Amino acid sequence: MSERRDEEATRTRRRWFLAILVPVATLVVLVGGWQLYVSLSGVAFYILPSPGRVFETLIADWGILGPALVATLTLTFEALALAVVGGVLLAVLMAQSRWAELALYPYAVILQVTPVVAIAPLLLVWVPSTQAALLILAWIVAFFPILTNTAQGLKSVDHGLLALFDLYGAGRWRTLIHLRIPNALPYFMTGLKIGGGLALIGAVVAELAAGSSGRGSGLAFRLIEANFRSNAPRAFAALVLLSLTGIAIFFATSLISWLVLRRWHESAALRER
Amino acid sequence: MAEAARPVAAAEGRAPLVSLRGVGKRFATGTEALRDVSFDVGAGAFVSLLGPSGCGKSTILRLIAGLAEPSAGDIRWTGTANGARPADIGFVFQEPTLMPWATVFDNVRLPLRLRGEGKSAVRDRVMATLRRVGLEAFAAAYPRELSGGMKMRVSLARALIVEPQLLLMDEPFAALDEITRSRLDEDLLALWQAERWTVVFVTHSVFESAYLSERILVMMPRPGRIAADIAVGAPYPRDAAYRTSPAYNAVCREASAALDAAMAGELAR
Ligand SMILES: Nc1ncnc2c1ncn2[C@@H]1O[C@H](COP(=O)(O)OP(=O)(O)OP(=O)(O)O)[C@@H](O)[C@H]1O
Ligand SMILES: [Mg+2]
Repeated sequence: MSERRDEEATRTRRRWFLAILVPVATLVVLVGGWQLYVSLSGVAFYILPSPGRVFETLIADWGILGPALVATLTLTFEALALAVVGGVLLAVLMAQSRWAELALYPYAVILQVTPVVAIAPLLLVWVPSTQAALLILAWIVAFFPILTNTAQGLKSVDHGLLALFDLYGAGRWRTLIHLRIPNALPYFMTGLKIGGGLALIGAVVAELAAGSSGRGSGLAFRLIEANFRSNAPRAFAALVLLSLTGIAIFFATSLISWLVLRRWHESAALRER
Repeated sequence: MAEAARPVAAAEGRAPLVSLRGVGKRFATGTEALRDVSFDVGAGAFVSLLGPSGCGKSTILRLIAGLAEPSAGDIRWTGTANGARPADIGFVFQEPTLMPWATVFDNVRLPLRLRGEGKSAVRDRVMATLRRVGLEAFAAAYPRELSGGMKMRVSLARALIVEPQLLLMDEPFAALDEITRSRLDEDLLALWQAERWTVVFVTHSVFESAYLSERILVMMPRPGRIAADIAVGAPYPRDAAYRTSPAYNAVCREASAALDAAMAGELAR
């Protein structure tokens, strides 16, 4: 019994080890290849800086990039938080009332299919505060997957369970709390994972669209600014920070999802062999 | 044990708990699922509905449970205190129909929770019910950690927790293997003898209905009707020996013949 358990633990550890080791090895090979190419080809640093140089710039320009990172992170998480609140509330409303669904859903779709870059200039004119405009733009991008996934989860409830709740006279409210919402959790988590990534993309697009009219403090703004000034190392450094942010968001949302679902949902549970 | 040996005459002599009178059901799709179905279910009786797929067995249970309304005829609750459908009906579906996010304990507790009863107040009741179905050791387990037979036991426990006056079972063990199924059939009978709820049990197995019930209603399809009403005289408790007895064989033969006749009538049309 305990031998089994040890074996199981060893296998789990090995799986984790591989899951970390393999991507890291890929990264080392890619960065090494990049460094090697830059050294051998003698390409100018303002065209393609070496990884070493990018890293140096990251340290040297931290005074500019650090606050930019904070600004972009703030925008991203504010947009994501509002997307979660808005998406979930709207989904619940739509699941509870057919009228609300008929009235609102088409406009949610329209909002989603209209390219945010196209709305940006208008919003920047209409909304007095640029910061608020950026937030709205990032929110538009992030909230839709959360809305649709959650709505789907609230609706796709097992009919047998619905009959059971009917039988015991549960009513709308208790059915929502004890049946629909737990049922929607895995769907919501999928929406959160997608929405988290999109919130960052939305923030970047919003910053790019706002351009010089913003306070110009976000990472994306720093990136195009550096590009205009042919400061490739700083542009790369900003890009690296954006990627790291995206990766961090992905891992954070995946971790949350796993923590919430691991006890019962097939997607999160380890398969027994 | 003496009180358990109930002859069928007593069963027929029981006052009805519920009476169906000329019940018909037509769905919005135009399908006529039931036509002119009339029968009584005696209080404390074990009645099986036996019939081929699509003859309206599930529909009858749903109508009795109040999950759907008949489009003709009516359902009278003659055996309840106020003449209304009792609040404590247990329903066991063909699938376990458990909430995957809830533990076995919470799944069984669900009907009480929906009535607003708190967790600590019902702990003993839930554990006692789990003990009755032999699952007290699995209270903290999640459905995905259980076998098919264990899930059905949880489903049964959830139906029993309300101390039902009436237990409606829709092919509850049909998806299980033969061994597990007869084991659960035996356990169900033992519980029924001890607790005396009224049972309406849907099955498409002649053998299962002959083993379990006091009375078998054989149905025919399109539209669903009652084709035969067979009394099973054998006394309870029915042990393994009953499954090989001449009485059991006679009931199986009679039910099979009724089923065949119903199907032949259907084919001839
Ligand atoms: N919600 C519904 N809408 C339309 N038709 C339905 C509905 N439910 C059942 N029916 C039809 O009513 C008939 C009887 O269905 P029912 O589920 O009661 O059969 P059953 O005897 O339980 O069959 P099975 O043994 O396969 O479970 C079928 O022809 C079915 O197509
Ligand atoms: Mg059925």
